[in-house]
Amino acid sequence: MKDFLQTFKSAPPTAWFGMVVIAVIALTAVFAPLIAPYGETQIVGGQYEPWSDAFLLGTDNLGRDMFSRLVYGTRNTVGLALLATAIAFGAGSVLGIVAAVMGGFVDRFLSRIIDVIMAIPSLILALMLLTIVGASVASMIFVIALIYVAPVFRLARASAQSVVAMDYIEAARLRGEGLGWLVVKEVLPNIASTLVAEFGLRFCFVFLFIAALSFLGLGIQPPTADWGSMLKENATLISFGDITPLLPAAAIALLTVSVNFVVDWMLHRSSGLKD
Amino acid sequence: MEGSRKADSLLLTIRDLSIEGRSANGWTRLVDGIDLDLHRGQVLGLIGESGAGKSTLGLTSMGYTRDGCRIASGSVRFDGIDLVACGERVRQDLRGKRIAYVAQSAAASFNPAYRLIRQHCEVPVVKKVMTPDQAQADAIDLYTKMRLPVPNEIGFRYPHQVSGGQLQRAMTAMAMACRPDLIIFDEPTTALDVTTQVEVLAAIRNIVEQFGTAAIYISHDLAVVAQMADRIMVLKNGHMVEQAETRTMLAAPRENYTKSLWAVRSLAREAQAPAEPSATPVISLTGVDAAYGSARVLHDVSFDIHRGRTVAVVGESGSGKSTVARVISGLLKPSRGEIRFEGHTLKADYLARGRDDLRHVQMIYQMPDTALNPRQTIRDIIGRPIEFYLGLKGRAKEERICALLDQIELDPKIYIDRRPTELSGGQKQRIGIARALAAEPKFIICDEVTSALDQLVAAGILKLLERIQKDFELALMFITHDLATVKAIADDVVVMQHGRIVEKGLVEPIFSNPTDAYTKRLLQSVPEMDPEWLDRLFAGRREGDR
Repeated sequence: MKDFLQTFKSAPPTAWFGMVVIAVIALTAVFAPLIAPYGETQIVGGQYEPWSDAFLLGTDNLGRDMFSRLVYGTRNTVGLALLATAIAFGAGSVLGIVAAVMGGFVDRFLSRIIDVIMAIPSLILALMLLTIVGASVASMIFVIALIYVAPVFRLARASAQSVVAMDYIEAARLRGEGLGWLVVKEVLPNIASTLVAEFGLRFCFVFLFIAALSFLGLGIQPPTADWGSMLKENATLISFGDITPLLPAAAIALLTVSVNFVVDWMLHRSSGLKD
Repeated sequence: MEGSRKADSLLLTIRDLSIEGRSANGWTRLVDGIDLDLHRGQVLGLIGESGAGKSTLGLTSMGYTRDGCRIASGSVRFDGIDLVACGERVRQDLRGKRIAYVAQSAAASFNPAYRLIRQHCEVPVVKKVMTPDQAQADAIDLYTKMRLPVPNEIGFRYPHQVSGGQLQRAMTAMAMACRPDLIIFDEPTTALDVTTQVEVLAAIRNIVEQFGTAAIYISHDLAVVAQMADRIMVLKNGHMVEQAETRTMLAAPRENYTKSLWAVRSLAREAQAPAEPSATPVISLTGVDAAYGSARVLHDVSFDIHRGRTVAVVGESGSGKSTVARVISGLLKPSRGEIRFEGHTLKADYLARGRDDLRHVQMIYQMPDTALNPRQTIRDIIGRPIEFYLGLKGRAKEERICALLDQIELDPKIYIDRRPTELSGGQKQRIGIARALAAEPKFIICDEVTSALDQLVAAGILKLLERIQKDFELALMFITHDLATVKAIADDVVVMQHGRIVEKGLVEPIFSNPTDAYTKRLLQSVPEMDPEWLDRLFAGRREGDR
């Protein structure tokens, strides 16, 4: 526990900034109903009302409270991005390490499937699949996870391959260890720091991807609040010189930057440990 | 003797030199207060273990410090020029022209994209010592002097097209290109096989004598330095231990540290009687052939290893000695022949072997750095085989781990929770031994286990292995290219060349009276402490040629 605190104390200011922002956003997501003054889809005033005491950040195109929607949007956008990235990472890294450890046919078979996924531009693939299976939250998570399995698989496989060449893996094989032990206990800890760094980066991409899909109307469906679709719904205001519609965009940018600050720090720390 | 030299023959003087390197908590001393004098035409040998500061000192003689290092105090004067105070331009001008450097790994030092002779001619042409045509003609002349085969053509090959020993000679020729006053040789033969090493040593010495070049010869191998140097300086942790004329130093070292370095070479195992022919050997190979793809690497290999005995498998790189280990452990399927363990045939593929067969054949690896998982603690590394093979858990497992750590002379209280990165090379290798022992095997393969370690540390590992073998009556197979190690640990020896066994039997009779020509050459090539050894060897060879 002491070590843990010590580690945090030594964090640089950028990492602290990142951690504070992430903590605030996480708390916002969890306690959204307590923080938001109005309901997520409640129409409380006129169209595009300006910032005031009653409506902290004004109202949107349908007269819903902008601040409340921003708070609820945290829950939807961040939560879904986290879930989709987690699924992509779980599947991608396990398959990647398995491919590296087993080699031969299994490796070639998995790699070719991944090549096929990578060959199609991701946004087009997503639009196509979502049109086929229909736009729902579950299908969107599935489609995003499928797309992001590919880069994670490639990264996990490449870094696992350099670990698999080590003598300690040979020692474990000769001991008679099974595939599960090799993957989880011998290889995974050695590539974990790379994967964590990639997780941070991919999380941002997925997050932007969901926002993009929502902006195109195939992501999170109205009236559910989501930062990407909020941007789209209120885009007209920008032409009147009002910065309100840019707030969801700013929130997206802030979280992305913060996650990367923290990831950079973690990566730096783990690479320092290797020496 | 030094008094008789003229004062102006002094080429390099180093006074009270200290070099510091940047580390996590400030600056640490790498070289501390070294004085050194080198006369024209003289060869100084620098001896020491890794981290002694040999290379750092060698580079400083060229006025160069590595990144993250600085000269804290002292002076380096080369032929009247102060290398510390003078500008980088002056130093640049000296390097290559008047001071040259020969690195340990020629393969890594040549640019693979250019032909040898082009790289050779670059320095003399850039420094305006020669015209390109002159430089090329001179290169061919130097190749002849370095006894390279087909000197007219070899320069027009790329680095990957010539052998390691030839590359090292080409690099020495390159260092000679501007006829420097001083050459620094940084372990130039360490990466070579013994038989190749002899050729390179002879060529280097020949050319240094011919041009009267002064040299600093850095090595950890005392016998090699004895052949090359007029004077020897022993370094330890950046300090000078002692310095003397080669003969004096070899005959009567003064300091205890030097004596211990000398003593390592004379380790010898008590001779044992040959194994009972009727007994069932622990491991027995009969007529084993093996191939990587279509390239056959083992031809009809047969030998036995009995309980409580050590069999050394020796040979040069590419002789197939490591392949034998791979075949026994089941990583490579033999194309013919069989391997028996205590009488029953072992399956060719390790995946098909039962857990008991796997348990009884353990490996210790060459590189302790890659043999232990850096993300596991010592407790996990040693504990896993105990749990996996013997089914011990909790207290029983913990006690067993501590017992094993005691066995390898590491204090369990201090080391059990450490990770491999927090250990030294020798300690890591000990953990590797403990991991093999944890399985309670009957047979252990040691693949070049001491070649990545310093002499004194290696000697400790050899002693440990010997003691453990006695305690558990283990059968050991010891793969090595170092014949001194064979004498120190083995009962029987198997000499391999090009994937075939050329000679096998008890160590003592084979070493004192080899029958095979290759074994003879291998044994002759092992450098001895006698400074005359190289001369005698070549005198003998010339006799033999006639």
